Amino acid sequence: MKLKTDNNILLKDTLQNYLFVLPALILFATFYIYPVYKVFELSLFEYDGISPQKYFVGLGNFKDALGNSIWWHSMRNAGYITFLALTFQNALALLLALIVDRDIKGGRFYRIVFYLPPVLSGIVIGLIWNWIYDGNYGLLNHWLSALGLGKLARAWLADPKTALTCVGIIHMWRGFGWGFIILLAGLQNIPRELYEAARIDGANSRGIFTRVTVPLMIPVFVLVMILTVLGTMQIYDLIVATTGGGPGYHTEVPITRILAAMIGSSRFGYACSLGLIFGVVLLIVSMIQLKLSKLLKQT
Amino acid sequence: MINRFILEKRLKSVVMHLILLSVAATCILPLIWMFSSSLKTQDTIFSNMHIIVSDPHWENYREAWTKGNFGAYFLNSVIYTVSVVGGVVFTASLAAFAFARLNFPGKNIMFYMFLITMMIPIPGSFIALYVLLQKLRLVNTRLGYILPQINAGLALAIYILKTFFEELPKDLEDSARIDGCGKFGVYWHIAMPLAKPAIAVIVVFNAMAVWNEYLLAMLILSSKSLMPLQRGLMVFQGAHITRYPLLMAGITIAVVPIVVLYLIMQRHIITGITAGAVKG
Repeated sequence: MKLKTDNNILLKDTLQNYLFVLPALILFATFYIYPVYKVFELSLFEYDGISPQKYFVGLGNFKDALGNSIWWHSMRNAGYITFLALTFQNALALLLALIVDRDIKGGRFYRIVFYLPPVLSGIVIGLIWNWIYDGNYGLLNHWLSALGLGKLARAWLADPKTALTCVGIIHMWRGFGWGFIILLAGLQNIPRELYEAARIDGANSRGIFTRVTVPLMIPVFVLVMILTVLGTMQIYDLIVATTGGGPGYHTEVPITRILAAMIGSSRFGYACSLGLIFGVVLLIVSMIQLKLSKLLKQT
Repeated sequence: MINRFILEKRLKSVVMHLILLSVAATCILPLIWMFSSSLKTQDTIFSNMHIIVSDPHWENYREAWTKGNFGAYFLNSVIYTVSVVGGVVFTASLAAFAFARLNFPGKNIMFYMFLITMMIPIPGSFIALYVLLQKLRLVNTRLGYILPQINAGLALAIYILKTFFEELPKDLEDSARIDGCGKFGVYWHIAMPLAKPAIAVIVVFNAMAVWNEYLLAMLILSSKSLMPLQRGLMVFQGAHITRYPLLMAGITIAVVPIVVLYLIMQRHIITGITAGAVKG
């Protein structure tokens, strides 16, 4: 008899504990697990998003996607911006972090200011930069002609030759402050005694950088690289606010193509297959970067 | 010799400051220019490139607020941001408290499930989310925009709060229990007040994410009366592409609250990013 009441109390206690996680669990199951499952399911169907029927097409959507040159073109565009971000943006972030790490005057001010662009939305940033790049009234052309370089003036975002790089520059402007904050935190985690010891051993500042700083920073570099790739490949709102994917398909990126398939062509299943292919690409790239970092650590 | 050494050092420091200052200028100038343009008129905005406006047209803001509908967009953004942030803090802290201080079967599996989702990108899930919201009749409703965003903030918030709750001393909890506090009492009266620093980080990050969100707003909100600022800006730009002063006023309205929040809370933001980075 006593055992039974004990059990009841225990059961009640456990149920109470579940109540704490219940709201989170319901939200998570509804708005994460179900949609993720649904993406896989829908990718096998031809479905317009409204009508009650959907038609099973097997891997047909994936075949369509793999053979779609605009889709791969959009992937290449995002890859190009990612390349710019990985090299120029991260190099600038590292340079600034190295300077501020020297206990330079105003370090706090720079920290606050460099993180200002990442605080703004892609829409706001895009709309402001639209005007800088504008062909008729743009600030860039204004300055160029003031410098006597008026010949170079153009509608930067409407010119197929410059559009993608110009979008990339906006993206880097938006992102470098974020890389700067993480890299600086990594640098400041390095014990100062290590620098002292290296200096006593007769290393010059370049030697200290390559022998002490770089090896210790590899995990941070990898983290920044992976997050740069994931963030840049999924670029979207900046594109919407500036070029909308144009001129032609010159600044189309994977997310704009997925949305075009979904909203533009009402092919929800096909859009899901694009999303899955894109997810796999992102996963593979992140894996490669992790593997590379492990190899680097061993040598 | 010594003079040359000092000179070189000085020169180096000047170059470094020049680099830092010029980069800082590129961060600030577009914002100043946005603001000063919002005070010009349609006629002077393209010819007058001065930063300082001699006769500021503050009425641009009144017009943007009422005729440009930015007043309504602003209010919507505030509603969404407050609801999502409140929802995230409440649901995540309850769950994190259970994961950290209570016992129940399946606890670890559930926690890792939340964690894993932070790391696997599923870029197409918004398509299925849209289909789901349609089934639930939540397309073009406030709730349909709020609930998915609460979910989106949960994983990171649970992770941050769980680590925090785990570090709370057991004695505090025990003495509260002796005083007759139930589990919920311990959560509400002991754990939550102590978790303020962690909650601050969660509030800032989620507020920035919601305030700046665009994709979901574009997908599911079609009534102007429900749109947040980011969506409203695109609608305004599409309809009045040439009304630059009003557009700039609208952008300023969208920028000021988030920049003010950032300046007040920047310490928390920087600890948040660095904590995540160092752990990751």
